[in-house]
Amino acid sequence: MSLFHIVLKSLRQHLFSTVVTAASIALAGGLLMSVWVVKEQSRATFTQVDGGFDAVLGVRSSPVQLVLNSVFHLESSPGNIQVSDFEEIKNDPSVAIAVPLAVGDNYHGYRIVGTTPDLFTKVELAPGKTHKLAAGRVFDEGYREAVVGSFVAQRLGLKEGDEFHPHHGFAHDDDHEHEEIYVVVGVLEPSNTPADRVIWIPLEGLQLMSGHREEAENEISAVLVKFRSPIAGKMLQAKYNQPEGRLTLAWPIGTIVAQLFDKVTWLDRVLELIASLVALVATASILASIYNSMNERRREIAILRALGAHRGTIFSAVVVEAASIAALGMIAAFAVYGVIMGVVAGIVRAKTGVVLEPFAFHAVMLWAPAALIGISALAGIVPALKAYRTDVAENLVPVS
Amino acid sequence: MPLLEITSLKKSFRAPDGSQHTVLDVPIFSLEEKAQVALRGESGQGKTTFLNLIAGILKPDAGKIVLAGQEISALGEHDRDRCRASTIGYIFQTFNLLQGYTCLENVLLGMSFGPGADRAFAQALLKRVGLEDKLHHYPRQLSTGQQQRVAVARALANKPKLVLADEPTGNLDSRNATEALKLIREACRENGAALLLVSHDRDVLGQFETTLDLARLNRAISPVAK
Repeated sequence: MSLFHIVLKSLRQHLFSTVVTAASIALAGGLLMSVWVVKEQSRATFTQVDGGFDAVLGVRSSPVQLVLNSVFHLESSPGNIQVSDFEEIKNDPSVAIAVPLAVGDNYHGYRIVGTTPDLFTKVELAPGKTHKLAAGRVFDEGYREAVVGSFVAQRLGLKEGDEFHPHHGFAHDDDHEHEEIYVVVGVLEPSNTPADRVIWIPLEGLQLMSGHREEAENEISAVLVKFRSPIAGKMLQAKYNQPEGRLTLAWPIGTIVAQLFDKVTWLDRVLELIASLVALVATASILASIYNSMNERRREIAILRALGAHRGTIFSAVVVEAASIAALGMIAAFAVYGVIMGVVAGIVRAKTGVVLEPFAFHAVMLWAPAALIGISALAGIVPALKAYRTDVAENLVPVS
Repeated sequence: MPLLEITSLKKSFRAPDGSQHTVLDVPIFSLEEKAQVALRGESGQGKTTFLNLIAGILKPDAGKIVLAGQEISALGEHDRDRCRASTIGYIFQTFNLLQGYTCLENVLLGMSFGPGADRAFAQALLKRVGLEDKLHHYPRQLSTGQQQRVAVARALANKPKLVLADEPTGNLDSRNATEALKLIREACRENGAALLLVSHDRDVLGQFETTLDLARLNRAISPVAK
């Protein structure tokens, strides 16, 4: 009968409170780990999303809005620029690739973006890695053809040969259906980027869509730019981002996304605080649970002492019991974490196309269990002191 | 040399009104190795306090208790615990079995803090007290007589030199009491342990060759003893 056995017996004897307190630790631990991983992985993942480009050229506006609209396909377009602006930057010797984008239509809420085939054939998402087609081919310019992102294809069941009517605006509205019919000629492989949530059509298809303004023929929403060297970014930033300029060059994309995250750092802090408080309350529940059971345990403690158990042994047993409840809770916390992260990752992917990796290792998976078990052991000191002070003779049998 | 030697032992407690109340004042007492002695004592005469002092659960205010050559009254609490775990077996009136532990686990617990758990010896003890088929039963699944037999096995689990029994038959009917007492005495004899039993039951006391009157030993309750 080791200390381990005595603790195990006590956990079984107080099974209900053990399960309840371990469950509260599981929820708190799962929440704590989820908050940390979502916070840090979102930042790390979103700041790495650039679609293979260095910058976005758009109408005079906030760089954050330009990046969100053109790279993440979120938010509304801040306005249009001229096709000539695209031609100018495309012909700049410091620019390796420039790809125009035109937005304004959707199909069942998924954004339809007009562009050129260069996006699929020349742009490298990562070194040596371009967009791959799971089926079909890239659209031909001048035709009413579409290439569908993997997520859209999966959600809407679109496949090669399917036809659809684009709808005006970014939200689906049956009353705003365009008369043109587009045919799906290709489906992209998953790229785990926002491109998975987009239906791609030729640039002129969007420019000339029925019901669009006449001027739209010579307009685009933005230009995605890849520089030949990093120094080009500084030069072109100085050229375009003039106080009275009508254009904005959002560069570098990763830094701009990081600035967006910096603006909501306070929210991270609030979430961290809430998760930490929940964890503290959970550990306090262990304290309360064991402390409240001390009256019924006094006789048991006295018997153990009468059999020769030291005060230190009794003290250690209570502390180890508190730590064990937390340890059991933290084992279950990984299941809670898996559920929370599965839901969050699903929402993030559905809303942005960005894929979080819930099961990738993160340091919080080590320090959160260690911290909760450690704090619970500390919380166990309070009832352990009560156990330590138990008067053996008084609780064993009445003094005659 | 006696197994247990007590001289000038005093113990008092603080009464609710704040005054000191002496419950035990034993000038001299001794017990030989393997002896079996019964102490007659009524309620309030300090018999449990006397046993708790010998067991090292309580520390005397004054006096000396020497058990197996070791002056336990001079030891710190930690060493008294160790001494109790290795030298003394204790049988209580209310058995004091741990309800969450099986019979076998209760007996194993009796040796865990002393010589260490010996599963085969624990099983042999339970077989000796006639509970070989109840090893994995919990105390609540046993009759009171059976519970006391587990308590006897547990008291002998650490191979003690001295077994203290505090009204061990007080919760048993007369048939079970007779059997339990016989078992305690035989088991102590077989294991080479001395037995010091306190009781107020004449039938129990009548079965011992040596019976002492606590009222005569304890000057705190008997001016005659002074």
